[in-house]
Amino acid sequence: MEQGSDNLMIELKNVSKTFNGRLVLDGLDLSVKTGESLVIIGRSGCGKSVTLKHIIGILRPDCGEVRVDGKDITKLNVKELNKMRMNFGMLFQGAALFDSLSVLKNVGFQLFEYSEMTLDEIKRRVAECLSRVGLKGIEDAKPSELSGGMKKRVGLARAICMFPKIILFDEPTTGLDPIMGDVINDLIRHLHDTLKMTSVTVTHDMKSAYKIADRIAMLYDKKIIAVGTPEEIENSDNPIVKQFVTGAAEGPINSTED
Amino acid sequence: MGRLLIKGFIGNFLNSTYRNIKVFFRYVGSLAILLFRTIFWMFIPPIRKRQILEQMNNIGVKSFPIVFLISTFTGIVLALQSAYQMQKFSAEMYIASLVALSVTRELGPVLTALVIAGRCGAAMTAELGTMKVTEQVEALETLSANPVQYLVVPRFLALIIMVPLLTICADFFGIMGGYLIGVGKLGISHGMYLKMTFDPLALKDIVTGLIKSFSFAVIICVIACFEGVHSAGGAEGVGRATTASVVRSFIMIIIADCFFTALFYFIMAK
Ligand SMILES: Nc1ncnc2c1ncn2[C@@H]1O[C@H](COP(=O)(O)OP(=O)(O)OP(=O)(O)O)[C@@H](O)[C@H]1O
Ligand SMILES: [Mg+2]
Repeated sequence: MEQGSDNLMIELKNVSKTFNGRLVLDGLDLSVKTGESLVIIGRSGCGKSVTLKHIIGILRPDCGEVRVDGKDITKLNVKELNKMRMNFGMLFQGAALFDSLSVLKNVGFQLFEYSEMTLDEIKRRVAECLSRVGLKGIEDAKPSELSGGMKKRVGLARAICMFPKIILFDEPTTGLDPIMGDVINDLIRHLHDTLKMTSVTVTHDMKSAYKIADRIAMLYDKKIIAVGTPEEIENSDNPIVKQFVTGAAEGPINSTED
Repeated sequence: MGRLLIKGFIGNFLNSTYRNIKVFFRYVGSLAILLFRTIFWMFIPPIRKRQILEQMNNIGVKSFPIVFLISTFTGIVLALQSAYQMQKFSAEMYIASLVALSVTRELGPVLTALVIAGRCGAAMTAELGTMKVTEQVEALETLSANPVQYLVVPRFLALIIMVPLLTICADFFGIMGGYLIGVGKLGISHGMYLKMTFDPLALKDIVTGLIKSFSFAVIICVIACFEGVHSAGGAEGVGRATTASVVRSFIMIIIADCFFTALFYFIMAK
């Protein structure tokens, strides 16, 4: 922590982003404290994945600041950005495993690239990460041979393999059966409790949101409209939040609106 | 009335030509930027030997059969077509020189480049395009790997090594194709054919051919990778990018060929 404003690990200030002339984020503010587990909820297509990509710097905001550990990452050059990203792990919504590499090479990607570990050590570490997400003995398989849920979990293993300081999960439990989903929720909670990781999770699943979150932020209409502890969100007076967490078709959120 | 219409046509024509030229130069500019970035990252360790070898195998070894086939048949056709004319003057033995020069200076490099652009350039674009639309390129970035260094550099190195090598093979097999016809069919003696092949053939003919093929390799790589990592819009987008990659490489190869031929002609002629 350098000069960190209080102890904020991630801070998005007034972030706006347009794609092909369409505004997706409009003056979004969000902050995540060090060691906190924040969950972002919101409707499909409202810009949750885009927000995560801003945090790790693969998308640059049109205007606004993204501060990680006190540094504005929108001003870093490629080299500094790569160094900064060593502190990050990210699970993509579609897992984004490398098709051409085996599961071993995928999960151990950074170990192969940047560490001095021997092959045996890497194999051991990879097997350990895979077992944390409930997988075993698939190191030699190619991603195309895996089921959707297995890919997701391999992606999760890849994200946690370096035990990063900050970890971003894009819908970690979608596509998994309820039992496996709960295992993953426990894992996220565990990583956060034991390793003091700062995590940002995007999810639609309110049950897992309540389970993982220290705080929940709701993204709606290009902005964060509510942030609070799970209890606060659950008992929120805001009609939009209320409709979302109860999953009602009737309410201020128009179901045909895009 | 009619004159106005024609004026309108010409105006439109000039306007759209101007716009197209602008688009063309902007495109070439982005390719140049990618090329500079590739050259920059080429010298930054680690050198990915395994990946480079894999690409070399893919590009060089696996393209060898088709390059062999095309260059041999081109040599044969060239010899036959020129025999048609030369026989009228009983100048068959010059067929050897004609085949040797046109293959080394022109057909070897160009045909090899077109084959590689169609065979490997398209595959590269499709692979990188798929990686792009499934977020694998972004995933690389999150894992602190530079996509240019990780994806483009190995392909670039493999291409600039293998395309000239394949061109040398194509030169050889093209001449061999001509030899088959010249000696087998037209009754030129073995010794005479070889003499007429190597007498006019100077080192500079082969070298200029190789300079061409080297530049074609750069063109193929830069266009294929550029189209790949800039594709968007799912499977359809990847398909579009692949088509664009092949068409644009062909066009740029022909333009570069024309440029180099003219350049060498004026340098050597003076
Ligand atoms: N690379 C891109 N180019 C153009 N538009 C994009 C791009 N990425 C996202 N968008 C647009 O931004 C909006 C938000 O997308 P995003 O993927 O963040 O949604 P999301 O909240 O993650 O939705 P979901 O819950 O369905 O994953 C979408 O409307 C999408 O069309
Ligand atoms: Mg999403």
